[in-house]
Amino acid sequence: MLRLDKLVKTYKTGDQALKAVELEVPEGQVLALIGPSGAGKSTLIRCINRLVEPTSGKVYLGDVELTGLSSGALRRERRRMGMIFQEYALVERLTVMENVLSGRLGYVGFWRSFLRRFPQSDVDEAFRLLDRVGLAHMADKRADELSGGQRQRVGICRALIQNPALLLVDEPTASLDPKTSRQIMRLICELCQERGLAAIINIHDVALAQMFVQRVIGLRFGAIEFDGPPDGLTPEVLTTIYGEEDWEATIEAVEDEEASA
Amino acid sequence: MSDVNARIGKPWRKPPLVQRRWLRVLLLVGFIAYLIAAFLTIEVNWSRVYAGLERGQKFVLAFANPDFTSRSSDIWEGMLESIIMTVAASVVGIGISIPIALGAARNVAPLPVYLICRAIIAISRALQEIIVAILLVAIFGFGPLAGFLTLSFATIGFLSKLLAEDIESMDRVQAEAIKASGARWTQWINYGVQPQVMPRLIGLSMYRLDINFRESAILGLVGAGGIGATLNTAFDRYEYDTAAAILLIIIVIVMALEYLSGVIRARVQ
Repeated sequence: MLRLDKLVKTYKTGDQALKAVELEVPEGQVLALIGPSGAGKSTLIRCINRLVEPTSGKVYLGDVELTGLSSGALRRERRRMGMIFQEYALVERLTVMENVLSGRLGYVGFWRSFLRRFPQSDVDEAFRLLDRVGLAHMADKRADELSGGQRQRVGICRALIQNPALLLVDEPTASLDPKTSRQIMRLICELCQERGLAAIINIHDVALAQMFVQRVIGLRFGAIEFDGPPDGLTPEVLTTIYGEEDWEATIEAVEDEEASA
Repeated sequence: MSDVNARIGKPWRKPPLVQRRWLRVLLLVGFIAYLIAAFLTIEVNWSRVYAGLERGQKFVLAFANPDFTSRSSDIWEGMLESIIMTVAASVVGIGISIPIALGAARNVAPLPVYLICRAIIAISRALQEIIVAILLVAIFGFGPLAGFLTLSFATIGFLSKLLAEDIESMDRVQAEAIKASGARWTQWINYGVQPQVMPRLIGLSMYRLDINFRESAILGLVGAGGIGATLNTAFDRYEYDTAAAILLIIIVIVMALEYLSGVIRARVQ
């Protein structure tokens, strides 16, 4: 469904963030992207919807080659890719409802969006989604009045109302407490399952990734070092991805988790 | 790690701004010498000051006895003209400033547009209000039209520059999130950028309204209409009491605007 073909990104500073990355994501698969800071995780995700322009290589979403699109066509394809951000990236001075509805901007004309007259079906869907994440009563609150976990839920609604085929998720749990982090990860994975969405989730927390996803990709210096199921992450593998460290505690934590669950 | 023992027990000082000691001393001595030399060049004609004191005293005393009544219709007309001029120039100036500010923000506009808009701002800021007013009075003749155009022009340089700077320092990720949803450029500005800069835009607009009113009093001195023209006439006729009345009214209005803009800015945060 999503295919990256020799994707390369070299920044103007000369840093090679991605070195000919090859990746294929089938329909409905939730995939975690792990790796140390600076490994190119965010760059990879942003090269897919071209918030960052790749230097070379190709990205296919279904049959469409995203890398060759004009700006108008790219805009239409972006509607099929919902994005969830680190630190939520809600527009803080807009209401929760405006933030959710902003996910429909690709579908409505300028004046409709300017006057906040969205089609009734969009408004209904926004309320349904907000209700699904337990925030329907917050619709008219300003986004900056919400707590971190609530903001990320709104971020999830904003991505889903696009009716996407793919979710690009960039560090969804950074700056959230451990409990909220799990709730958010669980919510994202549940919603992906309900809607048959594929997702690429950038995540720092290896244990959390192992808990929820079907497939893990390990990135190091812009190259894929590991691609396999979560239980394939042995201390040796983690050492090749992150470097030398005692990994037993990280992996044990997950096993305890699974035992108690 | 090992040389930490060598530092223990020794005092620590902030490193000086200028590292070289001789340069530091030279800069300080040079600055003091310049200051002394500069003061020595000021020539004061004390007998002229003594003569002027009396006139100054008359002027100041007039404030204790301002005359609002004998020229009240002139004052009223001038004030009304100033207010109309200020409001009209602010509205037009702000309206033109917003697109120019968008063009002058590097993170929103492409390079050619950016350069053009920055050039417009630079021109508007380089030409001082009085100079523009003299030019426009020469073109359009005496009266508030020249003042209105001058203030609109000056507003563009001020507001566009400061608003563009606010747009450039906005949170990029919030705007990026809107872009990622497939929004058009106009929608991106409306949802991703505008909410972030709105408080600043309102604050700056109120501040500019305040500046435009004060400027309108000055512009009258070069013939661009408004209360300044009335003030100028009062000075020409040595009617310091009427001039004092006009100045008092200006002060009151400026203070009221200041208070109002404070209230509004607190509300929109």
